[in-house]
Amino acid sequence: MFRIVSHTIARDLRLALRRPADLASVLFFFIIVASLFPLGVGPEVDLLRQLAPGVLWVGALLATQLSLPRLFADDYRDGTLEQLALSPNPLGLMVLGKVIAHWLVSGLPLALLAPVLGLQFDLPTDALWVLAGSILLGTPALSGIGAIGAGLTLGLRGGGVLLSLLVLPLYIPVLIFGAGAVDASVSGLGPGAHLSLLAALTVGGLAFAPWAAAAALKIALE
Amino acid sequence: MRMIHWFKFSAPSTFYPLAGKLIPWFWALFAGFALAGLWISFFVAPTDFQQGEGYRIIFIHVGASWMSMFIYLVMAFWAGMGLAFNTRLSGMMAQALAPTGALFAFISLWTGALWGKPMWGTWWVWDARLTSELILLFLYIGFIALTRAIDDSRRSDKAGAILALVGVVNIPIIYFSVKWWNTLHQGASVSLTRAPAMASIMLWGMLFSAFAMWMYAVAVALMRVRTIILERERHTDWVRELLLDRS
Repeated sequence: MFRIVSHTIARDLRLALRRPADLASVLFFFIIVASLFPLGVGPEVDLLRQLAPGVLWVGALLATQLSLPRLFADDYRDGTLEQLALSPNPLGLMVLGKVIAHWLVSGLPLALLAPVLGLQFDLPTDALWVLAGSILLGTPALSGIGAIGAGLTLGLRGGGVLLSLLVLPLYIPVLIFGAGAVDASVSGLGPGAHLSLLAALTVGGLAFAPWAAAAALKIALE
Repeated sequence: MRMIHWFKFSAPSTFYPLAGKLIPWFWALFAGFALAGLWISFFVAPTDFQQGEGYRIIFIHVGASWMSMFIYLVMAFWAGMGLAFNTRLSGMMAQALAPTGALFAFISLWTGALWGKPMWGTWWVWDARLTSELILLFLYIGFIALTRAIDDSRRSDKAGAILALVGVVNIPIIYFSVKWWNTLHQGASVSLTRAPAMASIMLWGMLFSAFAMWMYAVAVALMRVRTIILERERHTDWVRELLLDRS
């Protein structure tokens, strides 16, 4: 069971690393969105510090969501997905592997990048750590829930826009607790409760979402 | 004793005439409840001494909110039935219910805004209930968009069913996260929960109009499912005979 997951992760990582430009474009999208906000609302430091948790979290969320269509699309196009579905191994485990691989190339770099962008918003050091930690904890849930949407919209016309329509409302709890953790840290309340809830969402998401996504993929492959 | 054929009406060809027979009854019930509800809400219920006449909007607002949530549950129920028993009619029912549910969510938000302006002095507050009703509307729109984007009706039903079930699992999570988010931000100075003990005549007015909306939802969903059945079964013999009879 562990081997199926780790094989899928290794395969997807190798494929992703052969196309580094795709990876970089997601990260630059995040950087550009985060830089647009100061230009839009003005450079007042106090205001920016207040906006930072929400803006950076929404940016990370949109960046994750943008890379979702590629989760299954390439494998679907060249027929790999059909072979995976035909194999005797449970499809849910392979989806879990794909979700983890997706997180490694989107959520993890976003979490590493976020503190740097947090500096632009003049976040205090503690809050930067919490920001990185909350994105690290929350993005696996985003990848998992996103996999359901990616499976449901596989091969449909206008799939990208449709995907965001399906997935973004389901992302709201993660956004609330993720940005809330940073907020709580800035205001001195301590981020512990938010981070625990975020971890709970991620654990629950990774346990259930791959199976729902696998069911969606089977429908798409029929 | 003869076995009851539970699945007899799960075939579109037998359900179509049954729905046709039921629809007038539901319209009649709707008319009765609506007249009673309107009569109570406009002529019997007294003017509220705090809120004046404006409070009468709750007779529509509350029922619409209840129905928007209830219809999502019914939709998810049919979605689950469709996945479990592989019945075609279940998916059609789910698709027929979605626009009505979205309509009620929208009415609930709209009347809430109309009520909020004179009572709270603002069209919108980021209160937990308002926000989760808005998210419910988003979920309905996502469901409708997904099912309409898939041309193959079988795939459309099943994909919609998975989305509806994922949504129904998420609704409590979304509700509580929004609720906690709201109490942590404590932005809204007004609270929906201060509602005083309601005069029983107002409660009756509200219940009657809620029942009216329920009957309306059933009638409209049955009418919509009949058109969906005709559209999807247009190649079958029984539809051809039906249309020949009619012309």
